[in-house]
Amino acid sequence: MSTILPRWFSRRDTAAIAAAQQASLRSDRFRLEREADWRRLETIVARIEAGRLRAISDDDLVALPALYRTLVSSLSVARDTTLDAATLAYLEALAQRAWFVVYGPEITFRGWLRRFFGGGWSAAVRAIGPDILIALAIMIIGTVIGWLLVANDPDWFYALMPAQPGDPRVPGASHAALLGSLFGKGQKSGLAMFAAYLFSNNAQVSILCFALGFAFGLPTILLLVHNTALLGALLWLYHGQGLTLDLIGWLSVHGTTELFAIMLAGASGIHIGRAMAFPGQRAVLDAAAQAGRRTATVMIGVVLMLIVAGLLEGFARQLINATAPRLMLGGAMLVWWLGYFFIYRGKGARR
Amino acid sequence: MARWPWQRATGARPVGKARRTREVVTAEGLRLTLTLAPRGSRVAALLIDLVMMFMIMLATGVVLSRLSHGAFAGVRKPQNAGLQGLIETLQVLWILALFLVPNVWFVWFELGARGATPGKRLLGIRIAARPARDGTAARLKAEAVIARNLLRNIELFMPVVFIAGALNAGSDTTLAGWAALVWFGIFALFPFLNRDALRGGDVIAGTWVVEVPRHRLGDAMSLGQGAQGISTLTGAQYRFSEAELAIYGEYELQVLERVLRDTSQAQAKALQDVSQAICAKIGWTSGAGDERAFLEAYYTQLRARLETGMRLGKRKADKHDGG
Repeated sequence: MSTILPRWFSRRDTAAIAAAQQASLRSDRFRLEREADWRRLETIVARIEAGRLRAISDDDLVALPALYRTLVSSLSVARDTTLDAATLAYLEALAQRAWFVVYGPEITFRGWLRRFFGGGWSAAVRAIGPDILIALAIMIIGTVIGWLLVANDPDWFYALMPAQPGDPRVPGASHAALLGSLFGKGQKSGLAMFAAYLFSNNAQVSILCFALGFAFGLPTILLLVHNTALLGALLWLYHGQGLTLDLIGWLSVHGTTELFAIMLAGASGIHIGRAMAFPGQRAVLDAAAQAGRRTATVMIGVVLMLIVAGLLEGFARQLINATAPRLMLGGAMLVWWLGYFFIYRGKGARR
Repeated sequence: MARWPWQRATGARPVGKARRTREVVTAEGLRLTLTLAPRGSRVAALLIDLVMMFMIMLATGVVLSRLSHGAFAGVRKPQNAGLQGLIETLQVLWILALFLVPNVWFVWFELGARGATPGKRLLGIRIAARPARDGTAARLKAEAVIARNLLRNIELFMPVVFIAGALNAGSDTTLAGWAALVWFGIFALFPFLNRDALRGGDVIAGTWVVEVPRHRLGDAMSLGQGAQGISTLTGAQYRFSEAELAIYGEYELQVLERVLRDTSQAQAKALQDVSQAICAKIGWTSGAGDERAFLEAYYTQLRARLETGMRLGKRKADKHDGG
């Protein structure tokens, strides 16, 4: 067996083989002849585990798969021929560690990034297409509900949007006050902090949207409805003063990106919820695991989109102070995302 | 028909550590026996991680506030635009750190070759992909690691946010506290409600947490004079007859192996006890002082006999086994 790797025998290994002749038990001779290979594999595995890849020589890296296979066959032979419990335990443990290393996370981080941006992300988004439609429908319904609630009874506005002192956006506000809130001078400093704050806040909400899918998706739906009802209430408020388009412009700068991201997060949650509630032929656990892995890719993208949205909201919206360019920017972002997700098909889509 | 996570497969329930072992089959056809991590280790690992993250955030906070204090030193009002920018940058860093540390910590470490956060590593456990239904070992995927850790947000961090939010709004904190407790309880109990001790994140990601076995390779036992049956002390040679060896089985052999490999203080006493027991069984009169050579000889010859039987397909589990 050791003859698989004859080139790599050192003088010490030869000494080990000489020692093997001395052992009186056949199973011990078997062990002594292969021990050098095992120990070499153990060293390589330990270095990989410690992340010290540079400490591994090229020879060792090339030999790794062969050493692993040697160990696998050693172990299966040893199981049938040796009663040396310590050696068996060592082999079992080493085989496990080596297996985790040889079949570790399939690709490097950089390779994963390339695949992610080169089509993996958009493929994952397309894969949950039906759920995106459901999420979109829920968001539209939520907006309509919000509008209708507030239109019937303005007190609902305060329920949806807890009043903050100094906020001019309340029912009965004047045209000028509302206009001012959209095109206020706004302080130009502190924008970066604002953007960072918005990002971390939105990211938490979207992660929640995803994670709550675990409870069969129902809380996700409620969260989507609640958030979009707020949107509906705002639309009603500004509509009353004829500022609908201006509000949409104000929202669209970052909103096309942010609402898109929240929709994707909600769709991911719904996808998991659906998989768990209706697993079909699969076991519930398998269905949930499949759905979870598929949507995790989407969620990484969601976090990235929210970074973009945070920057747009923090900087672009405060710096662009007119409705037309705001609408153009928001529209362009929407076109970009739609194109990237549904038209672009890179190499990374093949998995 | 789908089986729910809380439904047990029918069949006898194993006990003890055997309850935690699971077999997977690798692509090479190798059976690997994994041991699921005990729930206690996982809780301890989590606590260690939380403490470490807390320390990191504390350190970041201290460094950042020192820096901004330093920037303010000697300036009563930060009029200078450059200073303002600097302070703003520090605040941005702080907000990002608050978001990133808890979200990235677990994913970053679990994607490494060890598949374990520092806490898990200290406790000797790691994450792994659950095998397919037929037991085929699966590869750990980056997506799985991400998914299992996104779920942490609702399992762990949300109750905290819940209470904090209620405190902030000044509403009924006891109610929020109870709600948070119930919520947290559901997820904390989740690992107790299924066979593989999966938490919510494991269910979503298709992962589980297993022990990382570590065993040193012991010395080969049949080297040296003792194994030949020759005592280095007295020069006597021990030879056991077929009938004298046929008494014991594999279980006793392994007990003997443990005694011989033991290097602790108690070894001398154990050697005496075991050799007396064997002598009584096989009808020898035990001498004193040469137990080690006697036992090494007996071990080697018993193992040779049992291993020969093994190669011929005959195994003898212990002394009660007729084979």
